[in-house]
Amino acid sequence: MTKAWLRGLGIALMAGSVIAHAGPREERTKLVDYFARKFPDLRHADHVYGALAFDPDARDQYDAIMEYPPFTAELEKAKLLFETPFRNGKTYADCLPNGGRMIAGNYPLFDEARGRVVTFEDLINQCRADNGEEPYAYDDPGTMGLVTAHARSLSDGMKVDVKVESPAALRAFEAGKREFYQRMGQLNFSCASCHVAAAGNRLRSEVLSTATGQAVHWPVFRGGDQPMTLQMRYTDCYRYMRHVSDRPGSERLNNLEYFHTYLSNGLEMKASVFRK
Amino acid sequence: MSLRPCPCTRLVAGVLTMLFVAAAWAQDSRKVEEQRATGKEIAYDRSRGNCLACHAFPTQPDAVQTGNSGAPIIAMRARFPDKALLRALVWDATAFNPDSMMPPFGRHRVLSEEEIDKVVDFIYGL
Ligand code: HEC
Ligand code: HEC
Repeated sequence: MTKAWLRGLGIALMAGSVIAHAGPREERTKLVDYFARKFPDLRHADHVYGALAFDPDARDQYDAIMEYPPFTAELEKAKLLFETPFRNGKTYADCLPNGGRMIAGNYPLFDEARGRVVTFEDLINQCRADNGEEPYAYDDPGTMGLVTAHARSLSDGMKVDVKVESPAALRAFEAGKREFYQRMGQLNFSCASCHVAAAGNRLRSEVLSTATGQAVHWPVFRGGDQPMTLQMRYTDCYRYMRHVSDRPGSERLNNLEYFHTYLSNGLEMKASVFRK
Repeated sequence: MSLRPCPCTRLVAGVLTMLFVAAAWAQDSRKVEEQRATGKEIAYDRSRGNCLACHAFPTQPDAVQTGNSGAPIIAMRARFPDKALLRALVWDATAFNPDSMMPPFGRHRVLSEEEIDKVVDFIYGL
């Protein structure tokens, strides 16, 4: 048997493994079609409103609240935090690609050199490290929550555009997909139990949002004035499942965010919105 | 001030004993509370059955804020002539439908066997 033949087999196997889980695009399309059939009256673009999309009254209230958000003072603090120079005189705008404008929709991205998923929050911490500052804790509303409340808003109007372009990236995507569909915790739910199968249903009085569109509007201000990142929200949902989750910033949650945000591809972003 | 062995060893021991007794008592009282809870209370309690998260109870006016993922709980006797089957369903709904969203209350020990009996008795009367 020749070496060439073996190499050929290797390539065939690799190609096979890529084709076998034929792909992120099909995964997203499958869900978009499923929701379109399940909710013929719901426009795909309205998935960004989450649970509010199912309840016109709640949606009206939301629109009214968003005209004069009760967390305006926090947004001002957020802007100040973002614009205040590091001790070396540089700023986030100096460090972020394109000055930080219209970039958040590219995240999470798969960093081929590092072989791992990089979230927008990682990018913020990378800027801090590159400029000699301490990183923020990924679950801290007062720092990471606040700075991203402004930094992400610089991408308002951008469409989510997460890419999966290599076998290594696909592996991270698949890991996130497993996390999303696998049952966990004492109550035996998966993310998909609530946000795919039961989407649109009421759990007690809470309407369950569709998985598509869930990643476009972070951080959110829930009720009060504390910004909450997407991964902080994940940990709340893990609690509903009675599952002890990994921490925000962990590889596991990053992979989940990679998969989950891909499902929002094509939808318009708007950071720092109100949620109850 | 000279360094002496603490004269309060017995006091500490006493306090520890008290704490221990208090903790044991707290556990006991939780158990008693558990034993006293009715099937209806267990079904309604958000930290136990929380059946209302997913099911309406149309005959129960106090069943408010009910969800709608599962069927309304009504006419159970007619729909489940075999009560053991109903219990088995509450114990592990995924045994009947692998895709079921309903938590496997017995298999995952969300509820004790005794609590499941009480809940099933309660809904069987609806
Ligand atoms: C037992 C049900 C349940 C499970 C399981 C669950 N969630 Fe949720 N989730 C909710 C409820 C209820 C809300 C609040 C209402 C809403 O927005 O859907 C929510 C909200 C969210 C939101 C915020 C939506 C918004 O627009 O504000 C995200 C994101 C989310 N969940 C993701 C997840 C992920 C990822 C998982 C799995 C790790 C998960 N959820 C598992 C019940 C659940
Ligand atoms: C998170 C959702 C959820 C919770 C909580 C829940 N159920 Fe269910 N239940 C369902 C669903 C969904 C079904 C539909 C059948 C299936 O998928 O297994 C169901 C089916 C049932 C059925 C069969 C009904 C029929 O008409 O066939 C009974 C009885 C039942 N549940 C009782 C209970 C009881 C009692 C509790 C609380 C101890 C409970 N359920 C909690 C979701 C839930």
